[in-house]
Amino acid sequence: MQWLGKWIEFVGKMGLFGLQVLVDSLRPPFEFVQLSRQLAEVGNRSLALIVVSGFALGAVMTLHTRSTLVTFGATAMIPAVQAVSFFVEIGPLVAGLLLAGRVGSGIGAVLANMRASEQIDAIESLSIDSFKFLVVPRVLACVIALPFLTLFMDFAGLLGGLLSEVLSSHIAPALYLSRAFDYLQWSNFIAPTLKTTVFGFIIGSVSAYFGYTTDKGAQGVGEAATNSVVVSSLLIIVADVLLIKCIFFLFPDTAL
Amino acid sequence: MNAAPSIAVEFRQVTKSFGTKRVLNDVSFRIEQGQALCVLGRSGTGKSVTLKLIMALMRPDSGEVNVDQDNVVGMKENQLSLVRKKLGYLFQDAALFDSLTLYENLALPLSRLTKKSRDEIDDVTRRVLTDVGLGADGAKYPSALSGGMKKRAGLARALVLEPKILLADEPSSGLDRITAAEIDELLMRRKSEHGTALIIVTHDVHGARKIADRVAVLDKGNLVAFGSVAEVSQSDNDVARRLITE
Repeated sequence: MQWLGKWIEFVGKMGLFGLQVLVDSLRPPFEFVQLSRQLAEVGNRSLALIVVSGFALGAVMTLHTRSTLVTFGATAMIPAVQAVSFFVEIGPLVAGLLLAGRVGSGIGAVLANMRASEQIDAIESLSIDSFKFLVVPRVLACVIALPFLTLFMDFAGLLGGLLSEVLSSHIAPALYLSRAFDYLQWSNFIAPTLKTTVFGFIIGSVSAYFGYTTDKGAQGVGEAATNSVVVSSLLIIVADVLLIKCIFFLFPDTAL
Repeated sequence: MNAAPSIAVEFRQVTKSFGTKRVLNDVSFRIEQGQALCVLGRSGTGKSVTLKLIMALMRPDSGEVNVDQDNVVGMKENQLSLVRKKLGYLFQDAALFDSLTLYENLALPLSRLTKKSRDEIDDVTRRVLTDVGLGADGAKYPSALSGGMKKRAGLARALVLEPKILLADEPSSGLDRITAAEIDELLMRRKSEHGTALIIVTHDVHGARKIADRVAVLDKGNLVAFGSVAEVSQSDNDVARRLITE
């Protein structure tokens, strides 16, 4: 039962950490310079990964969908299936998981290294609130950047599917796009994209928690990076289930 | 009639433990403004903890830590901010911010803790960098600096706010004798030209004998000797005597 106690303590500490992020993000002074630096790190430097992955995933998905729908003579539905699946689920989830891998590990490792090399103590010794200076901008950058990255993922996936279909069935690109957007409603698009702000919060706060609170020196750097990716990926998937239920409740049309 | 010299740092019956391990046990000492104190002791005897207690990066379990007459124990962050402006801290591995250039490392405390204009910050930063012999290296990132340059850069950052008290955690560790002597020179110059109080944690007895007005020897969390180099050399405590004479 000792593990249960430790697990509850861990969940409690991480919950308090996340709460402190929320409180400190609303309390001045605001670290706009740090936020812009982190947005560049989280957003700009993740863009290529997101776009290439989305494009490839879109092309692969279309190939699989085609082989199934051909059996039912429903190949005309491929663009709609592609668009709805990407905008509603695949885009937000995959973008979140990719960001957890690329950025989450980075945040965990950087903060753990700063802790081990006394850089966080140095910040505190200058009377700078290290939590507001280091943690809050990183979490906010994830919250702000992920919805935009998700949009890039969605459209890259659509383009990948379009290219795949043009090469396979020689469909006119305009017809493909028209069919793709015929079945897509605003509620299919806005709510799933906005739910990625929660994924961003999870990635930022979980990764920052492991990095900022480590006390194991150099060994803690590797552990923080690994734990950041594993725990934030797991929490994203769990949160996705809960958020989908919320979206179905708030936008019943999307459940049909 | 001369005024009595003011107290720079004073420990009163300070105790600090980590879990079941007591690293400082009822430690009391004080140094005055303009004096240099070297803290000696074997590894793990609470020397670095002493510095962190002065900077209020840690809180003692009991006792008082007075910095320039103010007890920092239990102070709130806004009060601590005023006290920390009087302190400079050279960390063991310099602890320069990796993501900032050397220039930005020095400009950061000035922009955050003073009301200086951008031009004034530029002037001070360049002057302090030049003082430590890094005038041409401001655009470099810490990863591009040698060990000795990092130490000098860390010292420059510690001095950029013109502190009344400078804390240095093993300023000569990992450096060759010549570079270590250069760092010692910079510290002594700071003391003689600006009257800065120095508290230096070190294993370098050679440097300590050169710099120190007072020597404190910690052993197993206890302050086993305190006094001038000559006094500690004559100490009854075997560890203290061996540390200062070997």
